[in-house]
Amino acid sequence: MATPIPEKTLGERLRDHGLSRRGFLKLCAATASMMALPASMVPRIAAALEQARRPSVIWLSFQECTGCTESLTRSHAPTLEDLILKMVSLDYHHTLQAAAGEAAEEARLQAMEANAGEYLVIVDGSIPGPDANPGFSTVAGQSNYDILMETVEHAAAVIAVGTCAAFGGLPQARPNPTGAMSVMDLVKDKPVINVSGCPPVPMVITGVLAHYLTFGRLPDLDAYGRPMAFFGQSIHDRCYRRPFYDKGLFAESFDDQGAKEGWCLYRLGCKGPTTYNACATMKWNGGTSWPIESGHPCLGCSEPSFWDGGGFYEPVSVPLTANAGTLLTAGAVGAVVGGGSAALAKHGVKKADAERQPVTIDELEQTQ
Amino acid sequence: MSDLDRIIPETRAAKNCARSPRDFGNALPVLNEIRHALERLVETGEETRIDLSGMPFGPGDLDRLTAWLGKGEVTATVEALGPTQIQETAIPGVWLVDYRSGEGQRLTLHLEIAPVPELLRPQPRDLAEALTLLDARLEEDQGTPPESS
Amino acid sequence: MNSAMDFLLWTKGPMFDIAMVIFAVGLLARLVEIFMLGRATNYAEPRATEWLPGFRTVLTRSVPDPGTFQRAPFNVLVGWIWHIGFLVALLLFVPHVELVKGVLGISWPALPNPVVDVFTAVTLFSLVATLVHRLTHPVKRHISTVEDYLVWTVVFLVVLTGYLAYHRLVNPYPLALGMHILCAEIFLIILPFTKLTHIFTTFIARWYNGAAFGRKGVQS
Repeated sequence: MATPIPEKTLGERLRDHGLSRRGFLKLCAATASMMALPASMVPRIAAALEQARRPSVIWLSFQECTGCTESLTRSHAPTLEDLILKMVSLDYHHTLQAAAGEAAEEARLQAMEANAGEYLVIVDGSIPGPDANPGFSTVAGQSNYDILMETVEHAAAVIAVGTCAAFGGLPQARPNPTGAMSVMDLVKDKPVINVSGCPPVPMVITGVLAHYLTFGRLPDLDAYGRPMAFFGQSIHDRCYRRPFYDKGLFAESFDDQGAKEGWCLYRLGCKGPTTYNACATMKWNGGTSWPIESGHPCLGCSEPSFWDGGGFYEPVSVPLTANAGTLLTAGAVGAVVGGGSAALAKHGVKKADAERQPVTIDELEQTQ
Repeated sequence: MSDLDRIIPETRAAKNCARSPRDFGNALPVLNEIRHALERLVETGEETRIDLSGMPFGPGDLDRLTAWLGKGEVTATVEALGPTQIQETAIPGVWLVDYRSGEGQRLTLHLEIAPVPELLRPQPRDLAEALTLLDARLEEDQGTPPESS
Repeated sequence: MNSAMDFLLWTKGPMFDIAMVIFAVGLLARLVEIFMLGRATNYAEPRATEWLPGFRTVLTRSVPDPGTFQRAPFNVLVGWIWHIGFLVALLLFVPHVELVKGVLGISWPALPNPVVDVFTAVTLFSLVATLVHRLTHPVKRHISTVEDYLVWTVVFLVVLTGYLAYHRLVNPYPLALGMHILCAEIFLIILPFTKLTHIFTTFIARWYNGAAFGRKGVQS
């Protein structure tokens, strides 16, 4: 199954498949769109893709729910997605590959050997860390940690797909029973690209692949190692409901007039202000809609600790744990402290009163 | 006639859902961008492409934009990697290029501000091969290479 | 992982709890102490009632008499402006109302964001003006203590970071919001131990003065 780097360029391959030059141009336009690059980049993309070569990709699934794979394989443009996947040689993927058992693992090892230093590793799911019980998650009797480290050793780069792989996600939510860690917690000596989201926007997954394919290098990344093209702006900044936030028009329950008018969902717990993702422009289900357009606040699924970052329906400004009980208890303690100190002071005054020895002028004069 | 309908089918549903006419959205800024692009085209001949699928449009924004631009005289379809529908807007030089997959799903939607959209023009390398192609066809028909006649 | 989001969650989580506890313990300790110590018992026969004159003084001392205004128009005017601006931003900004609702379960109507924004901007300018005035006015400068400057800095930072966060002028946003929350927490922590306690004691003190006047039958 493992293919050595094919000698033909992508342009040649596609023409062999009967794709015309106009068809190729169209592919490039769609690819630019997918990479969130301006349409003016199309000619450059065309020139680069013409010369590109097919990279080998190994997809590792760890503590995950396969939602990320679902997201990718159900991405809305089957032809395009198909083409992008044809552009890479997907040599190992639990769920998608035909081989099973030893043959499957053999495919991974072969791909690693044949493309040492050049293959891409895609990871979905978090990994029980080196200190955790390795039995929490294994593939073919090997712990996730060992497989990851072994596979990454000779990789060109690692793409962490989904919030679990990128930031630990659901498995890492408190109390993190499996000691789950993210890829970037473990892989320090290779470039790691985080494509976060639960699941990530499918076009973003293919977009990152397309970028690597087109330009032969990784895209520009933000502080979290996420591609700037997709994660450069917050949901809030690109939200079409933003004007309502600015005007101070909010839905206050899911069925009030504000909700029906499509007003801002901040008070219903929208995490858009603190969330960076491409949903507002890429949208979901073939560009049909996205959570906020459907009337639901953003959960902030592409951010670290989103499971522990407060209730989904609590506004961003609400503290995580503080409550009236804490405040009252602390107040009561304060009252006791204040009462005690006042009592002490009063007691001191009384005591001084009681023990005061009258002094006569004569006595004072004598002491001088 | 129904090309525009086909260009904007997804947003039709969104429009029906919209409860009231809206005076907000992101259509107007794009219209300004088009205006600048058109200025450049007229003054320097520089062409511009705007990727509409990358815009933070709300429900009905795309409808409003296409309604503002109107419909021009030219419609064309390019069959390559699925159909691509090209529609001239009522503004000469402003084209809607709707890239669709073989299954009819939209890959991306561009606005091109150019005399002719790039996809309609023969590709330079195809053009370079055009003469050879024509000669080959003539040869097939007449059995003689055209140069020798 | 030291990230902006971790910082924000820290300020919203453990740090908020710490700040709230210090604030509540400190404030209640001070208030209870003040009330319990009280004043020395006045054995003189009261000439009039205490309550009404007390409240009247709360009002009259809040509205400056013409003399005070003529002597220190800047103090009165700018003082009023920034106090109102600060209170509007604190109490009537939607996220703040949501915060109180989230913690205490009580809520009240809020003002539209742009209105709060204007109040905040005015407050920022007024605060800068108060600092300039404090530094240039010879008497004010002479009587200013380290505490005065500390309190000014904290108050100013709270408003400034809030303004920056609202306008998303610092990237990434979780960092901006975290800074604002942290400043507000520092404000809460120092409140019971600095002149900021006046937020809770001013009106009590004014009432007490008025009540004392009333008792003596003096005009309040």
